[in-house]
Amino acid sequence: MIEETLIPKVGVITDVRKDTPDVKTFRVVGTDGKKLFQHMPGQCAMVSVPGVGECMFSITSSPTNEEYMEFSIKKCGCVTEVIHAMEVGQQITVRGPYGKNFPVEEDFKGKDLLFIAGGIGLAPLRSVINYVRHYRDHYGKVVIVYGARSKDDLVDIEEIQTEWMNEPNIEVYLTIDRPQEGWDGHVGFVPAYVKELGLDPNMTAVLCGPPIMIKFTLAGLLELGFEKSRVYTTLELRMKCGVGKCGRCNVGDKFVCKDGPVFRMTELDELPDEY
Amino acid sequence: MYRISKEKLNDLYAKINETSGLYIPVKRAGEVNYAVWGEGKEVSLETLKTVKSPKSMFFPQTENMMKFKTDGKNIEVIDVREQFDERRPFVLFGVKACDYKAIEVLDKVFLGDPVDSYYKMRRETTTIVTLACSRPEESCFCKVFDVDATAPQGDVTTWLDAEYLYWQANTEKGEALTALVQELLEEGGETEVATQQAQTKAVIERLPFSNLDLSRFTPENLNALFNEKEWEEMSEACLGCGTCTFVCPTCQCFDIRDFKTNEGVIRYRCWDSCMYSDFTLMAHGNSRTTQMQRFRQRFMHKLVYYPSQYDGTYSCVGCGRCVNKCPQNLNIVKVIKTLGGKNND
Ligand SMILES: Cc1cc2nc3c(=O)[nH]c(=O)nc-3n(C[C@H](O)[C@H](O)[C@H](O)COP(=O)(O)OP(=O)(O)OC[C@H]3O[C@@H](n4cnc5c(N)ncnc54)[C@H](O)[C@@H]3O)c2cc1C
Ligand code: SF4
Ligand code: SF4
Ligand code: FES
Repeated sequence: MIEETLIPKVGVITDVRKDTPDVKTFRVVGTDGKKLFQHMPGQCAMVSVPGVGECMFSITSSPTNEEYMEFSIKKCGCVTEVIHAMEVGQQITVRGPYGKNFPVEEDFKGKDLLFIAGGIGLAPLRSVINYVRHYRDHYGKVVIVYGARSKDDLVDIEEIQTEWMNEPNIEVYLTIDRPQEGWDGHVGFVPAYVKELGLDPNMTAVLCGPPIMIKFTLAGLLELGFEKSRVYTTLELRMKCGVGKCGRCNVGDKFVCKDGPVFRMTELDELPDEY
Repeated sequence: MYRISKEKLNDLYAKINETSGLYIPVKRAGEVNYAVWGEGKEVSLETLKTVKSPKSMFFPQTENMMKFKTDGKNIEVIDVREQFDERRPFVLFGVKACDYKAIEVLDKVFLGDPVDSYYKMRRETTTIVTLACSRPEESCFCKVFDVDATAPQGDVTTWLDAEYLYWQANTEKGEALTALVQELLEEGGETEVATQQAQTKAVIERLPFSNLDLSRFTPENLNALFNEKEWEEMSEACLGCGTCTFVCPTCQCFDIRDFKTNEGVIRYRCWDSCMYSDFTLMAHGNSRTTQMQRFRQRFMHKLVYYPSQYDGTYSCVGCGRCVNKCPQNLNIVKVIKTLGGKNND
């Protein structure tokens, strides 16, 4: 029987981490205990609970992790609610990887990299950041700006604080929207913070987060002198098949599942404004 | 070229039916659709526009894709595609040129990488017998999309006149089918077919929509066309009923859904429509909030996006079904006339 991408593999949840009040990170392996499939940073997978539905998620773990895959999942509807109630040992189904990855082996190589994330937008970026950390000497300076509503809404804060922030050559800037007890870091929205930081416009930038954050941050970067052709982002549209056939996720003549979700800002400029 | 007299068509169907399932336009409850042939069925080969197009042979309206059995925390995925192994081969008979072109349009989608195995398995076990048109209707405009209604492709091409069905095999599959029914066929028909083709072509030239101008529908004009203000007016009356998408032979959109049964979960796919408001609905918003955007999506996909994705081929074949079926009398002809180019008036 020929292979069929729409038929998923069975995965087992081996770890559940509560990151924020509405985001949990799930570690998944195959029933044989091995990683389900290989991927590249920025690619996604369709995760499903049979009988409930299928959803697309970024594979947040780095491809350099040979043991398992991770998904950071925000609770916001039928499927994600059921997944949030799951415990270690529960099986789910997974298919993928889908989509184009960040050009980590091409355009990013040897460049200074700026990563800007808002909220759950860290999920796709975490994969790239950890990939870059793994091949650290292939890349230049790394600057990370990450913001969330409150300190409790910062996804993966433990890994950020214990690993990323302690590494030489990586600058991490965190911010939250409003002052909060127990937070002595920066307060304010990501776009404003990015402008304040006076970042080097020669860096290659990657933006992930809510559309409104992307819009204002991009404007800020352009003011600082960044070039659009060196700014990347990801799009999120409703998806079903993941392979450009169900006709659901197009923006103009591009299918986000297949031609994205990673886009260069200059590519987005050429597409109609419908995302 | 071969021919068979019209009186013997029933024998032809019966012969084919001995080894393959036969899908053919059949009249039931006053409407003609492709259905399984059987003795006593009222075949209506001449009907140009079956209500549903033959795409459902390869891409059915609903289709079970897999099953899941769950037991506590465990899941078992059951591949249901074995059903295809037991399935008899099929002959799809009487496909018109536009509908055949539509199958080629869907082939690019479903047979492109990664191959859709469900579609492929159906496609591979089916022999397609096309039928040239001799009485095109006013709502036909296949010529606009370079479809020659008098010489459709397919495994076998046939032509029908008052006395005979003429038969010409085009492919290996077609040769095999010809060999199977050889005893019913006799040589001849070249002149009759040529005469009919010339007559039909003359009629096609005079059809009201045969000379629509598509020249503006190019990938370079994608954004200009997308931003045309005429979309508002053109889409104003649209009910969002989705009829145009379901009767369209090239509409590819589908949904994937789960259905709980006593024996586990069935995951199936079914046709979906970009005309529906929840088509693009997400937890945090919707990329198309107005019917204008959905209407625009349908026609931009046919005339601009699909051609840009697949070497300039349009994904409208001019069958005219949406022209006949829209309750609001909106359709692709109006879109082409409004936006297609200056030679449209
Ligand atoms: C490329 C891509 C990457 C994504 N990565 C992540 C991630 O890493 N972490 C994360 O938490 N979320 C991610 N999402 C969003 C995630 O797919 C939705 O939050 C999820 O589908 C919501 O499903 P639900 O059934 O719980 O919600 P409901 O609102 O009940 O969903 C009903 C249906 O709508 C669809 N849907 C709802 N919201 C979205 C959405 N935002 N995007 C696409 N389809 C949606 C679902 O497929 C489902 O079939 C991603 C989406 C895309 C397209
Ligand atoms: S858009 Fe209308 S005319 Fe064109 S192929 Fe579809 S139903 Fe036929
Ligand atoms: S264009 Fe006509 S057939 Fe199509 S959804 Fe609108 S009202 Fe229905
Ligand atoms: S999800 Fe089906 S086309 Fe993109």
